[in-house]
Amino acid sequence: MAIRAEHEIHSRRKGRNVGVGLMLGGFVVLVMVLTFVKITQTDFTRAPGTANPPAAVEGNN
Amino acid sequence: MTDVSQTPALENEAELGDYFALLKPRVMQLVVFTALVGMLAAPQSVHPVIGFASILFVAIGAGASGALNMWWDADIDAVMRRTAKRPIPAGKVQPGEALALGVALSGLSVMMLGLSANLLAAGMLLFTIFFYAVVYSMWLKRATPQNIVIGGAAGAFPPVIGWIIATGSFSVEAWLMFALIFMWTPPHFWALALFMRSDYDDANVPMLTVTHGRPATRRHIMAYTVLLAVLAVGTGFTAIGGYIYLGVSVVLNLLFLIGAWRIWQRDEVAAEADNYLVERKFFRLSLFYLFLHFGAILIEATLRTWGMGGW
Repeated sequence: MAIRAEHEIHSRRKGRNVGVGLMLGGFVVLVMVLTFVKITQTDFTRAPGTANPPAAVEGNN
Repeated sequence: MTDVSQTPALENEAELGDYFALLKPRVMQLVVFTALVGMLAAPQSVHPVIGFASILFVAIGAGASGALNMWWDADIDAVMRRTAKRPIPAGKVQPGEALALGVALSGLSVMMLGLSANLLAAGMLLFTIFFYAVVYSMWLKRATPQNIVIGGAAGAFPPVIGWIIATGSFSVEAWLMFALIFMWTPPHFWALALFMRSDYDDANVPMLTVTHGRPATRRHIMAYTVLLAVLAVGTGFTAIGGYIYLGVSVVLNLLFLIGAWRIWQRDEVAAEADNYLVERKFFRLSLFYLFLHFGAILIEATLRTWGMGGW
């Protein structure tokens, strides 16, 4: 008797695995882009913990 | 024979979509929308990537609390017609899996929001998840007919989180958006409870309709709608309001008040005669009510960036 290699359950599991893989890949890309934006936006010339320049604070209102 | 189709456990194996359903996608839509409006209505602008990532993490946090809620409420869900097909009562996802997914996504979302936005926003998200999963689901829902009122706060936090993502602080406007959802939730759910009564009865959930009777529920809907109308229209005169918001709000609140009045004036005989038509209409209107109010806030915020809108 021939064995069916692809049962519906196999395709369901494959769909699940591909889905999780894509989500993990997307998460990695998101963290990478986020890190890039954070680094390029941060003013590294200022000492850590010091206040924002006055202009940025006034932007509150 | 080794035909796997004869094994019920395998036949019932979950698809990816079943795990996604644990996150309550419809609630997530509302959370994404209101958090986005909260973020865009704030006076500070957010970098698009940071804004996108932050709202995504808020949505994941909301989904996590949904999974925790489904894990805890699986016994209730199995009894109610509206929820019997959810992944756990349907046997597709094991309760332990839902708990693990909920806890893991909670931790991930809070941590990532802290990194992408700020610690205050992350703290608020953590508090929101705690409030929905523990205070509402585990504690209030089965204990008091005011479950909807206090539990509604959990759904009202997203615009506040959105605001904090942009500003890093609280403000009156953020809490007004919170109050809008908070006051909207009871009439919305009590209208649902009026025409889905048997569901909550069967599940022994102490809804107001069950504990205090239906005439009392109708009175409560009227009272909350009056308070909501004052609050919603009043918000129009604050920094997040403007002519467009005010116009939208006045029309919607008039319609909402008329609906609540009609619910209040009816008795059960009249309601059963037309299969709760007025209550169903009021429930449908409530969905548009919230969407259009936040839509109007978003329009005002967008116009402000072009030097228009607001007062």
